[in-house]
Amino acid sequence: MYTTDQYEGMLAETVILPGYHADLINAYFARPLGAGPFPGMVLVHHLPGWDEWYRETTRKFAAYGYVTLCPNLYFRDGHGTPEDVAAKVRGAGGVSDEQVLGDVGASLSMLLALPYVSGKVGVFGTCSGGRHAYLSACRIPGFSALVDCWGGRVTMTPDELTPMQPVAPVDYTADLTCPVLGIFGNDDHGPTPEQVNQLEEALKMHGKSYEFHRYDGAGHGFFYYHRPLYRQEQAVDGWQKVFAFLDRTLKGD
Amino acid sequence: MCTMIAKQVDVTGSGKAGTAWFKLDQASVSYDHPFDMPLEYALNIDFTNQAGGPAARVAVELDADSARKLVEVIQDVMHQAEVGGFMEAR
Repeated sequence: MYTTDQYEGMLAETVILPGYHADLINAYFARPLGAGPFPGMVLVHHLPGWDEWYRETTRKFAAYGYVTLCPNLYFRDGHGTPEDVAAKVRGAGGVSDEQVLGDVGASLSMLLALPYVSGKVGVFGTCSGGRHAYLSACRIPGFSALVDCWGGRVTMTPDELTPMQPVAPVDYTADLTCPVLGIFGNDDHGPTPEQVNQLEEALKMHGKSYEFHRYDGAGHGFFYYHRPLYRQEQAVDGWQKVFAFLDRTLKGD
Repeated sequence: MCTMIAKQVDVTGSGKAGTAWFKLDQASVSYDHPFDMPLEYALNIDFTNQAGGPAARVAVELDADSARKLVEVIQDVMHQAEVGGFMEAR
């Protein structure tokens, strides 16, 4: 909780790191000033790309005391405005799960190697990034918390599987080793409330620690203040839930 | 990428972005999140020049009804052109 007598400072910049297949990719990085140790966060951006909302959100997490890294998952698709790059990726059907896992895993490794980062790092994602965050927390050892905000296609029917998305993330739930926070809108079409139920059943079945918050009057992407789907009341409450969960799981002993 | 409903097709044509025309060689059609239209999902068409990089793009975002009407109109116009003998041999 911020108080007005508190010192606050951060450093935020673009950095380069070796991602999947050791490809050099860029990432947006923000950290609180000070010796730490601070917990870390990897942010997995959404379909609209490595955009202004994700850069702002990276700084938001830093302001809340997290050393935060947001890799550009579309780096290999060229450069331009985030919209143009994301449109290119959208048209091609997205990026492969394997490549995303490589980039997210490299981001986790970079954070854990920093001298001012504690051993606890979480992963956060919205939309397709929520799906990728769920997949990452299952497939990459070392995450201590997962925040899945309305990740679509975490549960998938067999006919939805593709060479780029060969396994539904929910099918890896047994491998999950960290607590989960799920934030969902009950008017969402992807994931639907029924798909959220399926995900919850899988977490229950495998005895995982999870906390779901489902909001009435909200659909997909209701944190996005620049889109008409923004829902002020639900977004404010959702952000409070996110930081309460992370403070408990990453800042405790 | 959220819906993964996307297809690409090679095309031949020209597109205009700003004040400049450029050659088009691909169209990407998706039903997914739009960037500008105030909808959760839209029919998105990106006409692109692949060698020109991500910025070589003419973008269209339509609601579902508009997309269906557009398809019908294109089919109708193409049919009239065929019947009228206006198709150019390439």
